[in-house]
Amino acid sequence: MDYLKLAMFAVIALLAAIAANFGHDLAYSVHAIIIMLIAGGMFLWQLRQIDEEKPVVDTSGYMDGPVRFGVVATAFWGVTGFLVGVFIALQLAFPVLNFDWSEGYMNFGRLRPLHTSAVIFAFGGNALIATSFYVVQRTSAARLWGGNLAWFVFWGYQLFIVLAATGYLLGSTQSKEYAEPEWYIDIWLTIVWLCYLAVFVGTILKRREPHIYVANWFYLAFIITVAMLHVVNNLSVPVSIFGSKSVQVFSGVQDAMVQWWYGHNAVGFFLTAGFLGMMYYFVPKQAGRPIYSYKLSIIHFWALIFLYIWAGPHHLHYTALPDWAGTLGMVFSIVLWMPSWGGMINGLMTLEGAWDKIRTDPIIRMFVASLAFYGMSTFEGPMMSIRAVNSLSHYTDWTIGHVHSGALGWNGLITFGCLYFLTPKLWGRERMYSISAINWHFWLATIGIVLYASSMWVTGIMEGLMWREVDANGFLVNSFADTVAAKFPMYVVRAAGGGLYLIGGLIMVWNMWMTVRKAPAHLGAPNNAIPAE
Amino acid sequence: METYSIFRQIADSWVLLAMFVFFVSCIFWVYRPGARTQYAEAAGSIFNEDKVTCTKNCATCACKTSLDVPHDNA
Repeated sequence: MDYLKLAMFAVIALLAAIAANFGHDLAYSVHAIIIMLIAGGMFLWQLRQIDEEKPVVDTSGYMDGPVRFGVVATAFWGVTGFLVGVFIALQLAFPVLNFDWSEGYMNFGRLRPLHTSAVIFAFGGNALIATSFYVVQRTSAARLWGGNLAWFVFWGYQLFIVLAATGYLLGSTQSKEYAEPEWYIDIWLTIVWLCYLAVFVGTILKRREPHIYVANWFYLAFIITVAMLHVVNNLSVPVSIFGSKSVQVFSGVQDAMVQWWYGHNAVGFFLTAGFLGMMYYFVPKQAGRPIYSYKLSIIHFWALIFLYIWAGPHHLHYTALPDWAGTLGMVFSIVLWMPSWGGMINGLMTLEGAWDKIRTDPIIRMFVASLAFYGMSTFEGPMMSIRAVNSLSHYTDWTIGHVHSGALGWNGLITFGCLYFLTPKLWGRERMYSISAINWHFWLATIGIVLYASSMWVTGIMEGLMWREVDANGFLVNSFADTVAAKFPMYVVRAAGGGLYLIGGLIMVWNMWMTVRKAPAHLGAPNNAIPAE
Repeated sequence: METYSIFRQIADSWVLLAMFVFFVSCIFWVYRPGARTQYAEAAGSIFNEDKVTCTKNCATCACKTSLDVPHDNA
């Protein structure tokens, strides 16, 4: 088996070297070289293991190695993604930051997908993988299925991130929002994702608890749906096996519909269902009391799953998409408000009888603020999907503000809460090193989000109104450049808000580092799988 | 009929009905008799790991370590 692996790594390195040589474009060649170096490194590492005694791995407890790495990766990619976000926000305010020397690599157009993918897929994705591995083991009282497959999922996902990120900078993109990576990166992600599904389902199947806890339902829905969305939206034919360019199978309005069916469900299942899985485990855990209503959580699950999938067409109002499809998307978006708020109420009411914890426990405060932002953005979203509102808000910064109140508020804060919960647990510490630093992080992040969202509301509605303003003779009053000039102060405020959010993230990284290094050890953290019986 | 029309017709009749019925029965299923205790148990299951399952309190019991001997879990 070891020799087989050795041969496999050698063949991959060789093929990658050939591909690097024949590559038609820079991004493809660079990716081939990255793969060649990784395969070469794995070959050397494997070679040194040959005929050595294998270290015995204790398989009686939970498998927390990939979770620990996932927590570190989440923090690392999070701060990286926030940093790129602040930089591109400043580029919009001060175009001179699109430096001449980095033109074609680090201008706004290249960095923007790097930012979105870094925060959604690298930060959010690592948070989802790490927490799902943690939660599924605890709620199933079973070790992760598949041995080292969980490690493959972790490292395979990091490779996907690195290939996607370097590809964007070098201009390899299929121009589909949130699905920019080209064909070979898509194929790699599909393989990694199916392994992720196998590990997760395998662990559920060998559970020692009678019931599958509701958090796992949400995680599973997220994994399965993302697999389906990813495969359908990335159906494309490569122009050459030695080049990164590919041609989409769908075209025209069909392509647009598939893209936004994917795009909106990336929000619905990646950034909502998966994160609700986190909410249903970590909020009750941190509050020390069970979820407010388990019945409501199940109704929440089915309603969310049934409704979200239809909401995509609201991204395509006033386009070539037939009106009936747009109306369908709009109606489902509005109905979706109900399960969203049901879930928010379920999470918030878990604190019933323990509301004082909002004052004393900054982690609970983070969870509560996160749910409040979830409620706010799931009200704003349905409202913006109404055709009349959309005619004002679409193509403006209001959309950006909406996305960020959801992403920074809901996804960001709940992830920070989970990291603060997990770090002491995973490294056997009693608590986080500094509680007041968590407090600082909370306020910096919250004020940052408020600055961000409010400046984007102002600038978005302003530019929407400026674009549609006509004079008595029916001529447009403002040119596009007029709106850009008018937006400058709000762009500066937005960058400041993002800056505060980034500082909060850096404080968190410092706090996590100090927790692992300096915090007092926890007395006897149980790492054994304990079933209900 | 071309493929689009066939799919469209099936989708907005039988498939729509089937999905709606499935969804409504899911909600009724939640309120079935006897669900309350089952769900209370499920909701509390995440706290099982916090229970101390060791009832032996001898010096040599394997599980005794979790009570007074500090150890690094990393």
